[in-house]
Amino acid sequence: MYTLGIDIGSASSKAVILKDGTDVVASAVVQVGTGTSGPGRVLEEVFKDVDLTQEDMDYTVATGYGRFSVENADKQLSEITCHAKGIFHLVPSARTIIDIGGQDAKAIQIDAKGNIQKFVMNDKCAAGTGRFLDVMSRVLEVPLDQMGKVHFQAKEWAQVSSTCTVFAESEVISQLSKGLPRESIVAGVHQSVASKACALAYRIGIRNDVVMCGGVAQNAGVVDAIEKELKQSIIVAPHPQITGALGAALMAYEELMKANK
Amino acid sequence: MEFNAMEASAKECLAYYQAKLDEEAWEAKKNGKLVCWSASVAPPEFCVAMDIAMVYPETHAAGAGARKASMDLLEVADEKGYNIDICSYARTNLGYMELLKQEAMTGQKPEKLANSKAAYVPLPDLVITCNNICNTLLKWYENLAKELNIPCIIIDVPFNHTMPVSRHNKEYIADQYRAAIKQLEEITGRAFDYDKFFAVQEQVQRSVFWWNKVATYAQRKPSPLNGFDLFNYMALIVCARARDYAEITFHKFADELEAKDAAGQYAFGAAENEKHRVTWEGIAVWTYLGATFKGLKNQGAVMTGSAYPGLWSLVYTPGDLESMAEAYTNVYINTCGPNRYEEFYKVVKNSKSDGIVLHLNRSCKLMGLLNNEGAEYVNAKLGVPYVSFDGDQTDPRVFTPAQYETRVQALTEMMDENQ
Repeated sequence: MYTLGIDIGSASSKAVILKDGTDVVASAVVQVGTGTSGPGRVLEEVFKDVDLTQEDMDYTVATGYGRFSVENADKQLSEITCHAKGIFHLVPSARTIIDIGGQDAKAIQIDAKGNIQKFVMNDKCAAGTGRFLDVMSRVLEVPLDQMGKVHFQAKEWAQVSSTCTVFAESEVISQLSKGLPRESIVAGVHQSVASKACALAYRIGIRNDVVMCGGVAQNAGVVDAIEKELKQSIIVAPHPQITGALGAALMAYEELMKANK
Repeated sequence: MEFNAMEASAKECLAYYQAKLDEEAWEAKKNGKLVCWSASVAPPEFCVAMDIAMVYPETHAAGAGARKASMDLLEVADEKGYNIDICSYARTNLGYMELLKQEAMTGQKPEKLANSKAAYVPLPDLVITCNNICNTLLKWYENLAKELNIPCIIIDVPFNHTMPVSRHNKEYIADQYRAAIKQLEEITGRAFDYDKFFAVQEQVQRSVFWWNKVATYAQRKPSPLNGFDLFNYMALIVCARARDYAEITFHKFADELEAKDAAGQYAFGAAENEKHRVTWEGIAVWTYLGATFKGLKNQGAVMTGSAYPGLWSLVYTPGDLESMAEAYTNVYINTCGPNRYEEFYKVVKNSKSDGIVLHLNRSCKLMGLLNNEGAEYVNAKLGVPYVSFDGDQTDPRVFTPAQYETRVQALTEMMDENQ
């Protein structure tokens, strides 16, 4: 039995094909999100290297902001449920999930059965999300995928104190012009993201294991900053950007099992 | 055409009486009688006893928001320099007041006023405010009084740091009632009509009785009452509790709900359409009533719980000023955390809610302040999940449908899991 999970976010589109509710046979990520060519392209991508088509999918669940615009989805579920499901499958000891995406950051508390107890998301502000890092990467002239590496070159971390992404950009420009080392500012930027993510986590309570997912989890610098903020180590989910799509595919499998009873 | 209250539906009464109250305000102006702008939970009893026509800026702003007419008025306030961190009811009203003022001074209706879908109401001759629901109302009304050069009656209500309401708080408020009476005698040039005052107090008790009765229908399972309707009917408990308009309409509404229940007709039609029951904490998002209602309805969630109607559960003994003082200070947002959490818990429990939606209302810090703590308290006792979303009562710039839908859908999935 094949199930398909599609996660259309603000900044990227993800898809996972799951076999019998356990084996990931294919996954794909396209770096553009809802309202673009992303959703269409990610479907092409995910089926590209496997001997399967969308007709072979027994059940499809769509999640993320763009979940209602996915054609042929059997069901739409919130990204909160899907991330929780995906993470719990990958890391059954997970109890606190920190997900940082393109414009959303969330902290989810799950129980020993993987059920969501509570969650909080960023309130009307994209500072502390992927968007913040996009802006900073441009200003610092450090490619996004290099930010993590540069972070560990810092001897000291600069202070990026502005809450607002736009004001923080000005702050960073000012620090650059004062001659602060680029790597210090990169680390400071990561610390700013970490403090916002951890503020969300503190609101729901930290329970181990703490697992991070979402595109931003691929940035080892942000992970390092979060660990320093929480004063403990955290687990980064394997393939952190697709945990939502994986969760969607898992939920799709559960729907199939329910229907077959 | 003559309006026949006996034959009209509650909905028709609601529309008729709301319009009538505004007409009466204009009539008063024409006939040289006084018009008063009042805070929503300020005591109307004193003014109504002196035959003063009452107009309610908060209800006016909410109506403007619902008719998508608030943005124009907010822009007027923005242009005057009012900071957008100020409550949007205040900004909407101050913007509207500015337009009325321009009309009064120039004899011409400014374009924004002429095109406005907001109800047309006259400028006040006096204002009365009470800070039992927030302190913004103090400065807002002082500002109105200053801008229009009119008297301002202030009922200053201390915060209840402990419960029950202390003796000295009741005495302090009752003393202000006596001072308000003197102030009204000076303003009107007439002696205070204590007989009418007593009759008005009795009327308020009848209005409150029927308002509370209507609210109880949402506690039935399934519920014949859709909680969002209470947001609409609220206008009369605010604007007309001192008149029989509220009593007549709510009594009718209660009868209609009783009949619906008996006939097996519920908020979403058939009983099985009620998949979940939620408590909505906070003011309505007036500018997005449709989106917020549908977001819940699409998930089969009926709003059965709200602490908001209870703000007008102003039960007191007519003739007893200290009893009246206690009623007007004992609104749940004017009480300490422990009492507030307990009141919120009762709302969730009595409404048999399986989920809570918290409106983090940018305009109302007082209502949003203890959202999380209150929800945690209830969650610990009842295991009911909760979600929070950003919004505003009348400023349309603060709400995003996609954000709301994601969180409401997540709540539904949590409620499904619990079932």
